[in-house]
Amino acid sequence: MSSTTNLAHEEHPLSAGSILTLTQMGMVAFLVSEVAFFSTLIVAYLTFLGKDTIGPTPLEALSLPTAIVSSVFLLASSGTIYLAEKQLHLGSLRGFQGWWTLTFLLGATFLAATAYEWSELIRVHQLTISRNLFGSTYYTLIGFHALHVSCGLVAMLAILFLSFRGDVKSEPGGGAELVSWYWHFVDCVWIVVFCIVYLWGR
Amino acid sequence: MAIAEQRRTDYQRQVVAASGWTAILHDWTTTVDHKKIGILYVLMSLVFLVIGGCEAILMRSQLLFPRYDFLPPDTFNQLFTMHGTTMVFFVGMPILIGVGNYLVPLMIGARDMAFPRMNALGFWATLFGGLLVYSSYATGGAPAIGWFAYAPLTERTFARTAATDLWALGLLVSGIGTLTAGINFIVTILGMRCPGMTLRKIPFFAWTMLWTSVQILLAIPPLTAALVMVLLDRNLGAHFFDTQNGGSAYLWQHLFWFFGHPEVYILVLPAFGMISEIIPVFSRKVLFGYEFMAAATAAIAFISMGVWSHHMFTVGMSKTLDLYFAAASLLVSIPTGIKFFNWLATMYGGKIRFASPMLFAFGFLSMFLIGGLTGIMLAIAPFNFQLSDSYFVVGHFHWVLIGGTLFGLFAGLHYWYPKVTGRMLSERMAQWQFWLLLIGFILTFGPMHISGILGMPRRIYTYEPDRGWEVWNQITTLGAAIQVPSYALFVINIVWSYFKGPLAGDDPWNAWTLEWATTSPPPAYNFEQILVVKSRRPLWDLKHPDDPDWNYE
Ligand code: HEM
Ligand SMILES: [Cu+2]
Repeated sequence: MSSTTNLAHEEHPLSAGSILTLTQMGMVAFLVSEVAFFSTLIVAYLTFLGKDTIGPTPLEALSLPTAIVSSVFLLASSGTIYLAEKQLHLGSLRGFQGWWTLTFLLGATFLAATAYEWSELIRVHQLTISRNLFGSTYYTLIGFHALHVSCGLVAMLAILFLSFRGDVKSEPGGGAELVSWYWHFVDCVWIVVFCIVYLWGR
Repeated sequence: MAIAEQRRTDYQRQVVAASGWTAILHDWTTTVDHKKIGILYVLMSLVFLVIGGCEAILMRSQLLFPRYDFLPPDTFNQLFTMHGTTMVFFVGMPILIGVGNYLVPLMIGARDMAFPRMNALGFWATLFGGLLVYSSYATGGAPAIGWFAYAPLTERTFARTAATDLWALGLLVSGIGTLTAGINFIVTILGMRCPGMTLRKIPFFAWTMLWTSVQILLAIPPLTAALVMVLLDRNLGAHFFDTQNGGSAYLWQHLFWFFGHPEVYILVLPAFGMISEIIPVFSRKVLFGYEFMAAATAAIAFISMGVWSHHMFTVGMSKTLDLYFAAASLLVSIPTGIKFFNWLATMYGGKIRFASPMLFAFGFLSMFLIGGLTGIMLAIAPFNFQLSDSYFVVGHFHWVLIGGTLFGLFAGLHYWYPKVTGRMLSERMAQWQFWLLLIGFILTFGPMHISGILGMPRRIYTYEPDRGWEVWNQITTLGAAIQVPSYALFVINIVWSYFKGPLAGDDPWNAWTLEWATTSPPPAYNFEQILVVKSRRPLWDLKHPDDPDWNYE
């Protein structure tokens, strides 16, 4: 019996012909579902774009410069997380931790910029979620993006913590890699959101 | 056989003697074993089936006589809301996911699902979601919005109590559970097949679970987003579906049915898969046209993502949209037809055994065919204009849901019960259950088509005596009453046979897929060694080394 129970704890062998590891596949599947989720929010945003009769319109309320600055921070963080992974790959835990921390800081700055943007919208333009359709759809879409950024930041902290215990390795399907995939995804969503909300929809 | 028997009793003795009830409870609540989680899913769904069935019986009692006042109208609204919600979200989906959970790793020769802890999370999220929805009764009444929750009925103005919030939250939470299950199935099936089992050799049930999971991935998140919007409308004053302030009831319908239509395929594809396992074994022939069946499954999954607005013909879309959605809906019948003919071809010339799984498979074939035909009728827009939201529709979708999903499920549950428990079900009880279900089902939902054509709208709590609907409603209620003992018999059968049924052995049906290669019930680690597979029927190869399948595939 004991020999067979041992077997039960063995790793699952991967199917022949699998290009991705199990965790990589899981992350891809999860991100596909996230695409469906964000597409729905974007559809709702576009449905109501320009349908308001009261309250501020996107053109009146949204500040393009703020959005551009915050976008720069977020897009830069995709670059730094790539560099962090590269350092890990080269075997430099120090280098990894440095770039990883910088990524975290860039993401946090983006979040702070969003907070600043929202406070301006509420203070200056009285735009709240209940003000009009633009408010409802804008805060929902941007809010869910910000929520995803926050989750990414928490995950980054966890990985950072693990890396100080020496538990982070460069491996396919490892934690650092998965977080970076997720992070790139969140950035891509932002590019789409930026184009629709801040450029095209104004 | 003797070894399996020994193992089984050892196991039972261990569980009962060495541990006591709290230990068993602890064992089951903390389990991450795919088989136990599968059983938990199935048991939970059966409890909800009983609850949803009671709600149906209450509704049918109220409709027994015209102008009857057994139930107040508001209670009736709550009942059909809870009945529909329960049956779709807490019976249909979880029971299929449960069966999939139990079987998929066994069928593909794996030791567990890819993410066992996430698997447990999925189950508990589903259960918790169900409890949230039902907790609305404690706040003074269930939601009365229909399972489709049409806007603006769900806005604060029309639904003032917390019930609607609990409903939305419950579906949101259970939706997350469903999503994790979908991800888990995809990764398990793509990444954990045993050596030799290429995607062209996986058992058909695993194949359908794969596509159901793809649909889960694409259809559940939009529902989640829509539920979030409802919650924001109700609790923070957003205006998505608030038609007084520019919100759109039309958008809700699009979002809901973009989920709602694929949902019916999420419910029926796994049933297709079970049938595709059972018919070959009980006809003693290989599944006819495996490749065509596989392609048809993929085609159904794809096409069905693009037909959602056939639920909205009467909303007044444009003529172009009506045309497109009618055509696309009719298109789904082509791959479905392919499957049908393949099942028939599998049976053709076979040595058919009429054991209970096969009986239910026959029930599935004949009933699902009829449901599919009324579906084609409804997909024709002008016909739909006449009968939308009439009892014809209620007749149609129950015919598909029960004739398809439920018959398929019962076929599967009867087929795999010996694997799960090591005991055979009582064949006599099973046959009684089948005939009662078949007759009751036809009597319940057949006349609904007629009352629908006679103009009876759905979701009405009573009707006038002069419409000619009376007799049809009475037959319907009679049919529902005949179904009750059928479900009861099933429950009695699974409990009784668990203790008293004859021992099954590893492979009582002389079947061909890998789950029958291990003991019944399988040990925690499923297989002692990693198996190697060379054809679609590994157990046939094992039993007929002189004439293995791979010579022909
Ligand atoms: C035991 C047999 C059943 C009976 C007698 C029954 C009866 C009913 C009745 C009377 C309604 C209300 C129709 C209306 O007023 O519009 C209804 C609605 C519904 N039922 Fe069933 N039902 C049964 C089983 C099922 C099953 C197994 C499922 C799904 C797997 C299901 C899914 C639904 C759905 C989705 C609705 C729509 C709810 C709505 O219109 O809000 N039912 N059923
Ligand atoms: Cu549909």
